[in-house]
This record gives sequence, structure tokens and C-alpha cells, in this order.
Amino acid sequence: MKILMKIVLVICLMWIVMPVSGQSQARFPKPEFDTGYVQPDPSTPEPRALAMDYFDVFVLILVLSLATYFAIRRRSRGGILLLSVFTLIYFGFFRNGCICSIGAIQNVALTLFDPNYSISLVALLFFIIPLLFTLFFGRTFCAGACPLGAIQDLLIFKPISIPVWLRKGLGLIPFLYLGLAVLFAATGTDFIICRWDPYVGIFRMDARFIMIVLGVAMLLIGLFVARPYCRFLCPYGVLLNWTSRFSKYHMAITPSSCINCKLCETSCPFDAIDIPQEQAPASARQSDLKKFLVYLLIIPLLMGAGAFIGYKSHVFLSKAHSDVYLAELLIKHPEVKNDIDNLDVQAFLSAGETLDTLVKKAGVIRAKFKTGSWILGAFMGLVIGVSLLAQTTHRKNDDYRPDKGNCYSCGRCMDYCPVEK
Amino acid sequence: MGKDGHSRRDFIQTSVRASLFIAIGGLGALGASRATASHTVWQIDPFKCTQCGRCATECVMAESAVKCIHAYDICGYCDLCGGYLKPDANDRATGGENQLCPTAAISRNFIEEPYFEYVIDEALCIGCAKCVKGCTAFGNGSFHLQIRHDRCLDCNECAIARVCPSEAISRISIKKPYLIKGKFEVIPSVEPPKSSSKK
Repeated sequence: MKILMKIVLVICLMWIVMPVSGQSQARFPKPEFDTGYVQPDPSTPEPRALAMDYFDVFVLILVLSLATYFAIRRRSRGGILLLSVFTLIYFGFFRNGCICSIGAIQNVALTLFDPNYSISLVALLFFIIPLLFTLFFGRTFCAGACPLGAIQDLLIFKPISIPVWLRKGLGLIPFLYLGLAVLFAATGTDFIICRWDPYVGIFRMDARFIMIVLGVAMLLIGLFVARPYCRFLCPYGVLLNWTSRFSKYHMAITPSSCINCKLCETSCPFDAIDIPQEQAPASARQSDLKKFLVYLLIIPLLMGAGAFIGYKSHVFLSKAHSDVYLAELLIKHPEVKNDIDNLDVQAFLSAGETLDTLVKKAGVIRAKFKTGSWILGAFMGLVIGVSLLAQTTHRKNDDYRPDKGNCYSCGRCMDYCPVEK
Repeated sequence: MGKDGHSRRDFIQTSVRASLFIAIGGLGALGASRATASHTVWQIDPFKCTQCGRCATECVMAESAVKCIHAYDICGYCDLCGGYLKPDANDRATGGENQLCPTAAISRNFIEEPYFEYVIDEALCIGCAKCVKGCTAFGNGSFHLQIRHDRCLDCNECAIARVCPSEAISRISIKKPYLIKGKFEVIPSVEPPKSSSKK
């Protein structure tokens, strides 16, 4: 027996040294067993059924409908609160925060720019349905159906009012975040919204250290600055803000007509209540008009400056793409080819692709970044210009009403209104 | 005047709402025309995998959703197993000092002379791919990594796919959610070494 084993081993060793012509060649054929040994099968646990994903869409529609009902019809803060607890548990802790409408922006962006990409129907529905609801009923999605909104809303402890200039300034970040997310998704570089989602690590109770730190920090900030992600980061919020401004049946603070009692004035943790405004005096209107014209004229300048900055940063931004990064590394530091610890370089070398084709691929991606970056820059210029412009218009306003763009329809203010229907 | 102003504002509101509705609808229709009705899941192509070890560390789960599986179909049941034993092992035995697996997740069971069966305890496997490297370099490559769908969260963008140096991870149809060697590609039978299987 021992001798037999040795022979086998020698032959085994010979086979090891022999060059293998293809990956799919078996060096050692499967033996035939005399003892009636039955070969086991590797276990293959089934993935979550597709039907369950459509069930998620169903739950989303249900929660959105209920949130809308509670905000507009029932006028019940309690109902919305319960709904956000449900959303946090279901979409947050049970479904681990994926798929979400915020991240679905990237799938849609990739669909628009990459003809080979096919979006999953569930992601598309998660993107479209809340926008449609918002177009008619305001941001009831934010109130009750978004797990990220829910976790922040439930942890508002002592909200402080943020001065207008700071609010408007920080409010520009979501535009930049949205623009970058679309740029990175469209070039097939990265899904930054998913990667830097501060709360998903808390939903999963598991994340990289830095993301846990970020998530906990955001929650702590959220005790005092209500919904910090929603207001100063959320890229989907930008789209919802735009659509909500034109919503048809947005919730109102008062069920009938406002008596200007001021009870609701400080009830909104998000500073999203427009307080009554007198018609500005003629002199003020005159100077506002001048400012308006000046800002209108500098918008093209801002856009030009933005486009220039965007154009200048495209080389830097494109390095986020692995192909560009690798091509640049191999050209600038050819000696990395000998670094066996550099996994990317080693994998590239063993794949047998030539540097030329890699550089060509990287060039295509960089060209995409070039176009995308200056458009993004010009877009940011436009956003800054328009938000400056908005500062010069004062609309006469007789009563307390929600600022439709920024209002999350959470319903807190409704509880303060003494007017009965 | 006030009434006029209001009706003008209403008109603007309505027309913008209508155009937004059309825009969102158009986006939806465009997306729907490209959407896949069939669902997909992330999976590793074992033939592209270069066993870099990132699967163990880059997954959003602290214990990676990637684990090693054993495609028994193509296993040679070798005594001298490149996936089980360290290259410089003292002995072809089950002693911990001889084992390549850092968590001793592989058990070696004697079947009959000279064959051994290697079974992976999935609970212990961390997806480090050390055994995969060994088995692929010296054996048939029957050990290989797969994303386990009972653990995978099906992230929108797979964190491992993003850093995989060999672009081995992609979305595949849910109908065949595993790419297991042997089953997933028929191995062309090479001429068997005359003595190795039977004498």
C-alpha cells in the first residue's frame, strides 16, 4: 500500500510540474472509488426570491400612500411617527437599507449614459414612485417612507434654528453631491451615494470603522441639527425639493384659514415654515430689483467660472476610476510591475492585457470626465446664481405656511395649530 | 389684480407640474425600456478570480459573504493537497501546523487508499482564498470562492466588485445564482495519467 501511495504521489508531483495548457484542464482526474463513496454536492443557498423584491415595491407604495393620507387627510403626526418607526424597522433594519430611492439615482444615471447597462425594474420603481407622489402630495416620502429620514427624525432631541445664510450655504452641498454622484455613476466609476451612506452601517450593525464613526457622528449632530443628512447632503432631496415646489395637494399647517396665532412658528425643527411677510416698501423693492439684475448678469460669469474649475479638476476626478488610476500608475512608475504586493498591477499583468489597450480605455473614461466635469461646474455656478437670485424676491405672504420645497410633511406643525376644521 | 396674479401663478404651477410629470414619466419609460425583468445577483467567476484575498476584507459584512466552496466534481481527492497543506508542511497529516487554512475550516477525511475527501466548514471559512490559491496552483482548482446568497445583502453596488483587480465579480441571472466549477463549465477530459486513478 505504501508503495502504491508513493507512486501516486510521484505522478501527482510530475503533473504539478507539467505545464497546464488551460484553466479548465483537470490535472488529477476524479478517482473512481471502490468503497461506494458518494460525492457530496456543494451547498448552494438560494438568494432572496424576486417576488420579495416586488413585495418591497408594494410596501413602498403602501407606506407612501399611508404617509400621504396621514399628512394631508388625517392630519395626524402620530400616524406619521408610527409609519416612520415601521419604515426604520422594515427598510432599515430588516432590509438593511438596500435598495433605497436615494441610491437608485445612480442606477438611473448609469442607464441614461451607458447603453449596455440594464437597470433592475425594482431600482427604477424605487426612483420613480416617490417622485410622482411628491409631485402631487409634497415630500411625504421623506416623512414616512425613507429609512434614512426615519432614523434621523426619530432622534431629533433639541433642534436648534440655523441662520438663513448658513442654511442656504450648506444647502448647496446636496447639489454638488448629486452632480458628483451622477458623474461618477455615469462614467461607471463608483456609486458614491451607497458607499458614503452614513446610516447604512447602523442598519446593518456592521461597517468599516470610518463609516461607523461617520454614522454615529451624524446621529449625534442630528440630536441638535434636525435631519442633517436630509437637509445638507441628500442628493435625492434635491429632486424632491424641485418636484415638491410644484406639488398640487401639499399639506397645510392649518386645516382651514390661518389666524396668525404664531403657535406653529417655532414648531418646525427644519426651519421650513414661511412666516407672514408684508409687501416690501417701494424703496426696498427698487434696491431688490437692482440686486436682481446684477445677480442675473453674474449668473453667466458664475457658470463660466464653475465650468473652468470643473474642467481643471477633471484629471483629478478621473483618477477615481480604477482603469485611469492603473494606467497612470503604470506609466509614471513602471517599476510597480515588480511589486508583487500590488494586487491591481499583478492582476493586470497576469490577465495579459497590453498597456496600450489599458491606456486607450483610460483615455475614453478621462474624456467622459472632461465633458462631465465642466458641465457639473457650470451647473453648480447656475445653482449658486439662482439661489442668490432667490434672495432678492420677497413674496407677500399673509399666513404661516410650509415652505413647500424644504418641508418634509412630518406634520409636527399641524399639532400646534389651534384652528379646528 | 390679486386674482389675476393668483391665476397666473396657478397657471405656472400647473404647467411646470405637467412638464415635470412628463419628464419623470419619460425617464421612467426610458428606464423601463432598458430594465431587466429578470433579477440578477452578484457572483464571482472562478475562472477570472486571481485569489487576491480582497473578498475577505472588502465585503460590507464584517464576516464576508464570500466563502470558499468545494466543487467535488473536479476534485482529485489527492493525498498531497495543495489547498489543505502548507507548501512546506512537515507531514501530510491533520496537524494544525500543516494546515494552510488560518481557521482550520477544512477537514480531511480518509476515504480509501490513497484518496482523501476535503470538506469545508462554512461557518469557519472567512473567504481568504489561501486554499483556493494553493489548490489552483498545484491541483485541479476545485476549491474556489463563491458569493453565498444566504449572506449576501445584494448591495446596489458590490463593494468587492469595485475593488476586484481581475473584474471577476459581476451580476448574473438569479436563475443560476452560482458559478460552480465543473457544473458550470464542462471540464474537457484530459487523458488520464495512466496510473494515478486505478492500478
